[in-house]
Amino acid sequence: MRPGRQIGILVSLALAATLALACSSNKNNSNQNKTVGTAARAATQVAAVSATSAATKAPASPAASSVPMCPPSGAANALIGAGSTFDNPLFSKLFDVYNQQCKVQVNYQSIGSGGGIQQLTQKTVQFGATDAPLTDEQIKAAGGDVVHIPVTIGAVPVGYNLPGVKSGMKLTGDTLAKIFMGQIKKWNDPAIKVINPGANLPDLDIAVVHRSDGSGTSFIFTSYLSAVSPDWKSKVGAATSVEWPTGSGGKGSEGVAGLVKQTPGGIGYFELAYAVQNTITVATLQNQAGKFVDPTSDGASAAAAGAIANLPPDLRATFVNAPGDASYPISGFSWVAINTGQSDAKVAQSLVSLLWWVTHDGQKYAQDLSYAPLPEQLQKLDEAQLKKITADGKPVLAQ
Amino acid sequence: MARSIGTSGKLTRARGGRGERIFRAAVTASALLVLLIVVGLGVDLAWESRQAIGRFGLGFLTSQHWDPVHQRFGALPYIFGTIITSLIAIALALFIGVGTALFLTELAPRRLRVPLATLVELLAAIPSVVYGLWGIFVLAPLLRTTVEPFLHDTLGFIPLFSGPQIGIGLLAGGVILGIMILPTVAAISRDVLRAVPLEQREAAYALGATRWEVIRGVVLPYARSGIFGAAILGLGRALGETIAVTMVIGGRAQITHSLFSLGYTIAAVIANEFTEATYPLYLASLFELGLILLAITMILNICARLLVWRITRGAPGAMTA
Repeated sequence: MRPGRQIGILVSLALAATLALACSSNKNNSNQNKTVGTAARAATQVAAVSATSAATKAPASPAASSVPMCPPSGAANALIGAGSTFDNPLFSKLFDVYNQQCKVQVNYQSIGSGGGIQQLTQKTVQFGATDAPLTDEQIKAAGGDVVHIPVTIGAVPVGYNLPGVKSGMKLTGDTLAKIFMGQIKKWNDPAIKVINPGANLPDLDIAVVHRSDGSGTSFIFTSYLSAVSPDWKSKVGAATSVEWPTGSGGKGSEGVAGLVKQTPGGIGYFELAYAVQNTITVATLQNQAGKFVDPTSDGASAAAAGAIANLPPDLRATFVNAPGDASYPISGFSWVAINTGQSDAKVAQSLVSLLWWVTHDGQKYAQDLSYAPLPEQLQKLDEAQLKKITADGKPVLAQ
Repeated sequence: MARSIGTSGKLTRARGGRGERIFRAAVTASALLVLLIVVGLGVDLAWESRQAIGRFGLGFLTSQHWDPVHQRFGALPYIFGTIITSLIAIALALFIGVGTALFLTELAPRRLRVPLATLVELLAAIPSVVYGLWGIFVLAPLLRTTVEPFLHDTLGFIPLFSGPQIGIGLLAGGVILGIMILPTVAAISRDVLRAVPLEQREAAYALGATRWEVIRGVVLPYARSGIFGAAILGLGRALGETIAVTMVIGGRAQITHSLFSLGYTIAAVIANEFTEATYPLYLASLFELGLILLAITMILNICARLLVWRITRGAPGAMTA
């Protein structure tokens, strides 16, 4: 074939190929993300399954919930939900157990909080899961009758890589905000030295690492920085993605953890499970009570318990920097959002039974997967939310 | 007998005619479908991004802010990052790809040719996410500790190679992309070089040319339009490649003079933020980025096509484009 003619074919091929790539790349990539994100967690899940398989056989304790685990016969045996990727490892476990016990299959699409809210608005799913509460406009768009049900609590540890400081670096909220603002640039800055008098802090540049993808983890972290630093609140703000003043972005918690581990002087935040699995040194943070607390699921539960008095009735609130001696300050809820006015009574029955179980007995699976279980007072608040749900105008649960 | 032969002959011709019509219709439909997909995609992207276009207008193309909290969106740093990483990639892939192709067609012992060519093509079979992980754990540390300090020490006077050496960033993204499009460039270049008529080479050798002179004076000029086509194919892939770049680019929307600094590409920001884009203007801005990427790809292809026409006019062996 003559090169001249070949070129014509090549160029048209190029056009077609690029377009094909352009069309397909998004979809493929989000799938790949999911694989990477969940692969790392698979190990803990396996461990959790073996650890708790004995527990699943045991009947639900009557004291913990007055609602039976399974919906009455005749209720829908399939539910559809979508949303938060942060919830996915926990949901996979919970929904699997629920399917085994009650024969109700829950199809959960881990597409991200934004996608969950959108699908709920378009009524293509029966529940959405989100790491950031819906705004007033979003609630209005979704029919106006959306309730938020906190289903789990996450702690966000701050990890660092500092040769010579193997563990237990102390940080205050103000220092952390200044580091992420790019105002504190060196590890031996006086502001860090004051809190860590004994530590051998090197003259090393601080390499800030944040999430580059939109995430609930970023929402909790930036909410915390907004709560402790007026400067951060006015210049950057809190959201699932923000315009970061400094630093590099890693894709997913695994990306941030990887970059911190590799960069001497690195500091970043991620989901608790990644700190546990990757054995990254984490900082001890000062809470509102002035105590320095390690990031643990207990610390996050304590923070939620400490914040309950200040929660608004619709439970749409972050509780970063919560009061209480044991509270880990960077903690937050993940919510399930549903419409109170359900149109299909069979679906509503299954949905309420499922969510009741998830927020009560299901909580025993949380800790093994590095989530924090809901404190009891919060379960009571969730019960009140679930009792608001109606089908054809009649409440699904007995008041 | 005679009659049946005659009938069957006629039937065959008739069947052939129908077959031809079906074939023609099928092929035309395929071509139209491609056109429909392209136009449909463009229209859909424009429709979905209408809110951002209406709100920001042309300012979207020149703004350097991407701030979802305060609802300000601009594409310039992403356009910059996309073009820079693709240019690094194509420079690298052309150099190594054409080199490989020349080695395979002109120099390599016959026994080595097939295994080597297979190895190069195997690079194309590695999933993008694996390249990304390799980029984080192998390439970035290598760049940080070895390559970037070397470039900085020897070529640091050029702004491109100045600044702190972090490992991840524009250079890492470009190198990953370069490796990813290498098989495309190498395989097509090899086919193009193989298509250079043996007579041309023999004639040059007969005139006493050395191997280098044959390659430079006969083989490469003959094949240059084909190699250019290979480059365009590679570039098309580099512009749209997402996941591997996302993992090593550093996710920082900025315009800088240094290749060592962090960057961001259009495809990467779409992949990163699409799932958590929580309000309509945010989503529309991401769609508009997609529209811009489509436009960049199209403009590039049109420019390339024009360039190929210009080049091939003077190329030996190429009659018409």
